[in-house]
Formats: sequence, C-alpha cells, structure tokens
Amino acid sequence: MPILQVNNLKKGFGKTNVLKGVSFSLEQGQVLAIIGSSGSGKTTLLRCLNFLETPDAGEILVNGKELLCHSEEEVRQNRLHFGLVFQNFNLFPQYTVLDNVTLAPSLLKKAPLRQLKEQALRLLDQVGLSEKVDCYPWQLSGGQQQRVAIARALALNPEVLCFDEPTSALDPELTGEVLRVIRGLKARNTTMIVVTHEMEFAKSVADEVIFMADGVIEEMGTPEEVFDHPRREKTRAFLRGSQERF
Amino acid sequence: MFLPVTLELLSGFLETLKIFFLTLIFSIPLGLVVCFGSMSRWTPLRRLTRGFVWVIRGTPLMLQLIIIFFGPGLVFGLPAMSRFTATLVAFSINYACYFSEIYRGGIESIPRGQYEAGQVLGMTKGQIFRKIVLLQVIKRILVPMSNEIITLVKDTSLARIIGIYEVIWAGEQFIRKGLLWPLLYTGVFYLVFNGGLTILFDRLEKKLSYFRG
Repeated sequence: MPILQVNNLKKGFGKTNVLKGVSFSLEQGQVLAIIGSSGSGKTTLLRCLNFLETPDAGEILVNGKELLCHSEEEVRQNRLHFGLVFQNFNLFPQYTVLDNVTLAPSLLKKAPLRQLKEQALRLLDQVGLSEKVDCYPWQLSGGQQQRVAIARALALNPEVLCFDEPTSALDPELTGEVLRVIRGLKARNTTMIVVTHEMEFAKSVADEVIFMADGVIEEMGTPEEVFDHPRREKTRAFLRGSQERF
Repeated sequence: MFLPVTLELLSGFLETLKIFFLTLIFSIPLGLVVCFGSMSRWTPLRRLTRGFVWVIRGTPLMLQLIIIFFGPGLVFGLPAMSRFTATLVAFSINYACYFSEIYRGGIESIPRGQYEAGQVLGMTKGQIFRKIVLLQVIKRILVPMSNEIITLVKDTSLARIIGIYEVIWAGEQFIRKGLLWPLLYTGVFYLVFNGGLTILFDRLEKKLSYFRG
C-alpha cells in the first residue's frame, strides 16, 4: 500500500483553477520531485497536502486512510502526517535553534522535555549544526537557518516531509549544504516531496518526477523518463528553458 | 513656602498617578478585546468595532469625560457615577481604542509564514498566538506604546473638567496667592515621572533586543 495517495485533488482561488484534478501516489522511502514553471500549481499542491489550503475536491489518503477535514481539530491532526520546509525558513526569531526544534513537540506533549532535547540535539547533529544550538536565527546564514527548519520539521516524525523550493531563497554557494542534508535524509529512508527548480538535484535524488503545467500533471515518471526522454512537448519546452538559464 | 507647596502638589499628583495606573490596568487588556473585534472575520462585529474606534479617536477626550459623567443622569435618570469612576471609564475606553490600533498594527505586521510554520507543526491557534506571535508583537509595539503611555500621563490633567483635583489644579490655586512658580513646578512632576517611564521603556527595549524579527 502506498504511504500517500492523492486522488483528483482540485483547488481554485476565485475564478482561477490552480489545481485541476491532480492524482499520484508515493511509496514509503521514495523521493518525489515536482518541477514546473511558476504558477503551474506546484506550491498550491504542497500547501493542500499540509492543509494550509483546503482542497475544493479530491482525496488525500495516508496509509490507505482518507484524511477528513470537518473540524479545525481534524485539520490540525491531519497536518501531523506531513512536515513542511518553507522557501524562506520561517524560523521563530525569539527562540534559540534548540528551542525552535523542541517547541512544537513539547507543546504537543510528545515526550518529556529532556527526551525531546536529546532528540533535537541528535537531529541538529544530523544536519550539521551541533555548534549552533544556542544561537538565535538572526545569527545564522540562510543555509544554516534552512537546516534548522529541516530539523524542526523532522522532530515531529512526519510520514511525508515536504519541501517548498528549499533553496530558492539562498545564495548559490549555500544551496549545496541544504541539498546535501536532503540527500542524507533519502539515505535514511525518509519519504519526501520536493518542489524544486534545481533540475540536476531533482534528477539525481528523486525516484519519481512530476512535471506540472497549468494545474495538471503533464508528465510523470522516473527521472530518466522525464528528463532524458520527455514524451510531452510542454515538458521538452520547459526543460529547454531551464537549461538556457544556466 | 517650598515645603507646603510641594506637599499640596504631591496630593494632586497622587490623584494623577491613580488615574494613570488604573487607566493602564483597564485599557491594556480592554484594548486587546477591541483589537480582536476590529480584526474579526465577522463583518458586522468588525464594522461596529471600527466605527466605535472612529468615534472615540475622532472626538476630544474632554468631551467624552463630560458626556460620561453627566450623560447617564441627564438622559436615563440614572444615579450619577462618582467623578473618579467616570474619569476611569472615559480614560479606559479612550486609551483602549488607541491601544487597539497599535496592537492591530503590530499583529498585522507579523509575516504570514510565522503562523503557517506554527500550523504545519500542529500547534493550535492559541498556542501560535501565545508562543510565537505575542512576543514578536510586543517587541514591535513597544515604541508606539511608550508614546501613548507618556501622553496618558499628561492627559490625566483633563479630568479636572469634571472636578478631579489633580496636580495642575493644585498648582493653579497658588496663582490666587500671587505665586506663579508652583504652576511651573507641576511641570517638574510630569518631567520626572515621564523620565522614569522613558528609562523603563528603554530597559524593556534592550531586554527584547536579543532577537530580531
């Protein structure tokens, strides 16, 4: 059974249909990369999965169980299946790196604080920030902040970890350290969905690639299929365009 | 002459301080209630609150004092409030409205991403407000709040219009005895007290300077 299954997901804002029926599934431990130009619906799809937007129609199933959103409490519980790493980190400025990671699990009373701190230190070590645990976010570089954000999301043990263009707000020389961390998570069998503009990264790390255009999945397949042998004209045009930028 | 004048002014300034502190105690939380009303997603409540804030901010505090003191008795035949109670009611409502707009500005300046980060981490609305947003808002509103609070110290003198014996009134009495300096001396009371407040707010600002955002 797939860990995540999305059926015919639809979302519109006013008269604009941003998602026009999106379906896909994801197996445990797989990495899914979502590519496509701005306005294609990638970010909205990710925001629907994290219930920051309420889908107009369609189903989201985690481990075969449909996630219903009848009450605020249900929405809150559903969110815990997913983690989300934002484009611009959104760390909490008044908390230290360590407290950023432990805040949510301690509010949710996941475990005694001492245990949560140990877990947080382990996660921060995993993203290479053992030396920064007592710093405040403003004292860190963008790449370091994004790695804290990843540790913060991992602290709640989400079944699927989502990334919304995790390196788009970073200076080019800082993207590598974040992408390395994501690669490390794949080695640990973390199920991930990564919306990205880093084509080389998508190609090398993803098990499955979705190319979105105008609110639909235009093409879906392994990185070889999508990047090396695209079947659709729109995919070919997009890949050509993204190569020209470099 | 200096000592009796000082004692007389002190008794007036005590009244000033009573109005000041009690107004703060009532208007700071009341302002939050007004603020939530003016940000409500329920349009009738939002319109009503904003209309109320418009009236209170758009008319003189002195007029509000007079209306609240005399109004209930003249219009509804109710027993009159004490002068002091009427003063507190008028000041608290007036300052709550100003505070509410400062709060609203502060709350609306917090980036959406802060709320969303809390949401995707499974926090409740209350937790997001208390644990994430509140301290950031306090940091951002500290300067406009200190402005407003220092204005309040000086506004208390308006209460004399409904017969509250405060420090300026106390100083003015000496003019009949041919003395002007006690009136100037009242200014020193305000200056010293506001100096203390300024230091207090500077400390608070320093205390919150450990984070940015």
